Amino acid sequence: MSGHSTYVPRTAIGKWFEARLPIVRLLHDTAVSYPTPRNLNALWTFGGILAMMLVVQIVTGIVLAMHYAAESHVAFRSVEGIMRDVNWGWLIRYLHANGASMFFIAVYVHIFRGLYYGSYKAPREILWILGVIIYLLMMAAAFMGYVLPWGQMSFWGATVITNFFTALPIVGQPIQTLLIGGFSVDNATLNRFYSLHYLLPFLIAGVVVLHIWALHVVGQNNPLGIDVKNDKDTVPFTPFATSKDAMWMVLFLIFYAWFVFYQPNFLGHPDNYIEANPLATPAHIVPEWYFLPFYAILRAIDFNLGPIDSKLGGVLAMFGAIAVLAFLPWLDTSKVRSGRFRPIFKVAFWLFGLNALFLGFLGSVKTDDIIMGMQAVVWAKLSTLYYFLYFLVILPLLGYIEKPRPLPVSINDAILAKSAH
Amino acid sequence: MPIGGGRPARKEAILAESDTPAEPTRRDFLLHAAGAFGVVGVAAAAWPFVDQMNPDASTRALASVEVDISGVQPGQAVTVMWRGKPVVIRNRTEKEIEEGKAVKLEDLKDPLSRNANGGPEDDASDANRAAAGKENILVMTKVCTHLGCIPLDESGEFGGWFCPCHGSQYDTAGRIRKGPAPENLPIPPYAFISDTKIRIG
Repeated sequence: MSGHSTYVPRTAIGKWFEARLPIVRLLHDTAVSYPTPRNLNALWTFGGILAMMLVVQIVTGIVLAMHYAAESHVAFRSVEGIMRDVNWGWLIRYLHANGASMFFIAVYVHIFRGLYYGSYKAPREILWILGVIIYLLMMAAAFMGYVLPWGQMSFWGATVITNFFTALPIVGQPIQTLLIGGFSVDNATLNRFYSLHYLLPFLIAGVVVLHIWALHVVGQNNPLGIDVKNDKDTVPFTPFATSKDAMWMVLFLIFYAWFVFYQPNFLGHPDNYIEANPLATPAHIVPEWYFLPFYAILRAIDFNLGPIDSKLGGVLAMFGAIAVLAFLPWLDTSKVRSGRFRPIFKVAFWLFGLNALFLGFLGSVKTDDIIMGMQAVVWAKLSTLYYFLYFLVILPLLGYIEKPRPLPVSINDAILAKSAH
Repeated sequence: MPIGGGRPARKEAILAESDTPAEPTRRDFLLHAAGAFGVVGVAAAAWPFVDQMNPDASTRALASVEVDISGVQPGQAVTVMWRGKPVVIRNRTEKEIEEGKAVKLEDLKDPLSRNANGGPEDDASDANRAAAGKENILVMTKVCTHLGCIPLDESGEFGGWFCPCHGSQYDTAGRIRKGPAPENLPIPPYAFISDTKIRIG
């Protein structure tokens, strides 16, 4: 798909460099001459937005690390010092804290775009799985970052999440002790989380390089989900994709800035402005919004299933909800990629989207709250059931029973037909 | 197929060994022995980097705390820290003791006493949970067995402890009765060093 390179070094220094390290050729082929399908819509700009957010998080994070102290007696105070004393500290910390939320908003758009347009199907399986790995690393980075301010939610979030591992038989307790470095979450835990929180973004950057490499081998999917046939179906990355990406990045930055400057604590929890206290658990522990659907799945399993007790069952269901994504390329049996041509899939997909939002809502309330006449935990069980049904039953069956609408011959034909009307 | 049989053997190796080329050569042996040694060496070198994350001896040392409970009246409790975790010592009221005794063992989600001072198979009767010879004293690690939150005293449907995180409920003997937690609140090793003093650990 990437075809042969069109880069021609013109200057003497360009030629000298080209013969020694053809990095300019690599960049030219990746970001200038790379052919992109001409029918990409705005949802395809989120890959670029995500790359931008990774850079924002790394830059703000490195600066915060210059002022933060990862020691349990002073960590909370050092964060307050950043907020009150450090020049522009308030801005940089709010950019970083809200940046995490923006990163997740963008990644959820990116993932759901892939789900709808079948971007995980052959030949993009590796590309998709690399994406799932990036998502997992993002979650680990976000969780550890949230522990660093050493507030009440930091401390108890760390306690609850590291306790997930104790659900495993035999090896669970030693693994948990190894992770937190003691009998309870303490200074040792804070130190290692800080070290790993600094490391993970660079691992993410590494996997992103592989993700982009795989993308450029197989080529981008597009809203029609059909393969690029010839040059008429594509436009060069620059100026077409670069300008469109840039425009949507600016719109996204405006959205981001609104949170940073007008609602900087809207997405956080007030309890995290109380210093960690190992003797008092906050009345209502909830994770950050981007983990809520998985938290609802964890809490939905409150019954024993044969030899699996409720605790292990909940943890397995929660990790299973993420792990199932990696198998998606083989679970969806339909040959047609784009949801546009799949009438039944469309319904199942939008239900899945609504269900994911509903799970997020259920994760934010107490389990015995009454929602529309039923306990939240009962709703969570139904929602969890649909979540897994979608991947494990609906998608595998639809490929056999659904009759897709006819696909256009080529991207170019579809565009011409549309403009003729 | 012999070890490394798919590999073209070098001429001198064949000559040095024997006339049957199917036999593994000395070179094959050295290659595999070196490989195995390398794997063990890498694993041995990696272990310190894994084990450094475990609690060190200063953390692991079984620190013990002594608590004077002479001021704890019936219906009161003190919470002390032991190994970074809260331990509650409760002087139970007559009513709490009666409630604890009235529970039938088959109604319990976790039938074991979880008492470090008793046998691992002891049942979770009220007598096995309370201090030996002092049925009003209950000493427990106040850490929910679900995901490690701190349950609240004197609350929940069973008059014992209630965990605010995921709604686990414990009775007046600290036994799990309702909610996602799988086990009774654990009882740490402790001993009475006088009538009013307890050493935990």
